[in-house]
Amino acid sequence: MGMTVAQKILARAAGLPSVKVGEVVEPRVDLAMSHENAALVMNQFLEIYKETGLAPRVWDPARIAIILDHRVPAESAKTATNQKRIRGFVKEQGIAKFHDVRADEGGICHQILPEMGYVHPGYVVVGTDSHTTSHGALGALAFGIGATEMAAVWALGSVLNVEVPDTIKVVVKGKLDAQVLPKDVILHLIGRISAEGANFKVLELHGPTIREMSVAGRLTLCNMSVEAGATSGIVPADEETARYLREEAHLAETLEPVVPDADAAYCQTVEIDAAALAPQIACPHTVDNVKPVTEVAGVHVDQIVIGSCTNGRLDDLEVAARTLRGKRVARGTRMLIFPASWRIYRQALQKGYLADLIDAGAVIMNPGCGCCLGVHQGALGDKEVALSTTNRNFKGRMGNPNAEVYLCSPAVAAASALTGAITDPRG
Amino acid sequence: MAKVVLTLGDDVSTDAIYPGRFMATVLPSETPQFCFADLTEFNRALNGKQIAKGSVIVAGNNFGCGSSREQAASTLKGHELVIVAKAFARIFLQNSANLGLRTVICPTLEAKEGDELELSAAEVQNKTSGKRFPIVPLPKARQDVIDAGGLIAYARKRLVERARRA
Ligand code: SF4
Repeated sequence: MGMTVAQKILARAAGLPSVKVGEVVEPRVDLAMSHENAALVMNQFLEIYKETGLAPRVWDPARIAIILDHRVPAESAKTATNQKRIRGFVKEQGIAKFHDVRADEGGICHQILPEMGYVHPGYVVVGTDSHTTSHGALGALAFGIGATEMAAVWALGSVLNVEVPDTIKVVVKGKLDAQVLPKDVILHLIGRISAEGANFKVLELHGPTIREMSVAGRLTLCNMSVEAGATSGIVPADEETARYLREEAHLAETLEPVVPDADAAYCQTVEIDAAALAPQIACPHTVDNVKPVTEVAGVHVDQIVIGSCTNGRLDDLEVAARTLRGKRVARGTRMLIFPASWRIYRQALQKGYLADLIDAGAVIMNPGCGCCLGVHQGALGDKEVALSTTNRNFKGRMGNPNAEVYLCSPAVAAASALTGAITDPRG
Repeated sequence: MAKVVLTLGDDVSTDAIYPGRFMATVLPSETPQFCFADLTEFNRALNGKQIAKGSVIVAGNNFGCGSSREQAASTLKGHELVIVAKAFARIFLQNSANLGLRTVICPTLEAKEGDELELSAAEVQNKTSGKRFPIVPLPKARQDVIDAGGLIAYARKRLVERARRA
């Protein structure tokens, strides 16, 4: 019996010729990522070393990445102190892949890892963030873990006790409408299989529509695979992956893709006809409450957000700039833009996108998570409605349990900014 | 015997258990105060020590979905609550095992607030209704960690063994 991509990667990382679904293995880790929650990981890491008589040393400082992104610049003394402690630890342990609050290196972790070329096809990537699934876009097996689990990884270099997951094969065929984007594909999939449809499973994404998609689009898909409960989303690496790593991440090496065996066993196959897809909206308060835009068009929106690790990339800002160029954000609606990294910010600046957006009345925020998790900037007022390209709309997610969040693609967000209400970008 | 102090539906997210706005608080000793902060009455009862340790929250499918924040497990552990759900989201279940928060998978359970439950290794007995419901075992990958008394202890043991071999 052949193996899926996840099985192949786990077998290699565990030093085994093959692995079976349900088997418990201990894969070594190629890359371990944390953000501000490194403050908790540090605490648990020191706990592990307590009374052992051993000096706390991370297993490999070159394989640990720490990116400050969730609340940058710090919104409170508490956060600032956590960030300060992290800087101290980074220095003491010699952690190389550290990205501080700086415009020459900063951004959201799930953009920094790909754009810096830190993730390679076939890698085992773990992160103390559920959207670590994003990095499957480069053909890696990437999944979220908790802080204590990360502390064990820092100490031992492997993930203890991973149960080899089953894989769902997703096949996407057909040409997307110009106004229908990768975000619509993943929202549709989540709506179809539900918020727990892929719990403890991997989503392996195939089909001509995926092959034609840029790595940026694939990152959007894999990013949100966790909203269907998936351990990881994976797009097997191909020529586009190689192009991205060479041209955008500036990697010199040629990397071996990991592809599934022809006779790999999947627990389920889901087919999506991309040509039939309308723009999709996830309605409050769950990500799987997905409807075609036509069913919710006309709902008034107080705040529009374009950004996050889901849709804050150059492609997304381009869609927004193109739609808003020479026009105005409707009165009564605020628009906030959070580029996913400073590199993207600079590119958008050079291409004139930021000027287009500013002229239209949008507020350009500094790269980072921003209002996505409701702790920092752009909070909502009571009974306000947000339309956002982020990935979660749980009650209270944008900082106010008395507000509502709808999720959409950048095309829907931009079209809606012009009208102040949820609008179908196809006209 | 343990009393059901709260019943919830499907898809309770970690944002609901531990809202993002308290995430700068990280230490397990400090997170319990924000447990279900937006369920104000329940939070007040917890912090006022009106809820006995070992009390049960009953939930539907996909409990703990969303963010990987470990505060969601440590805040519940801090009050020594027990979660009995139809199913749990992966990262939350792992965090719970790692921190010693007791989770019970019981897909068919019928229970309402105020019911008294008896939890054993194989089943949940609802003493109030007299009905019994089978338990699904936790993923076997987690059992070693639970048996070792949590991930810190388990990882420490592994670390010391490795140092001894080196
Ligand atoms: S942008 Fe939002 S979802 Fe992405 S890492 Fe930041 S807080 Fe998490």
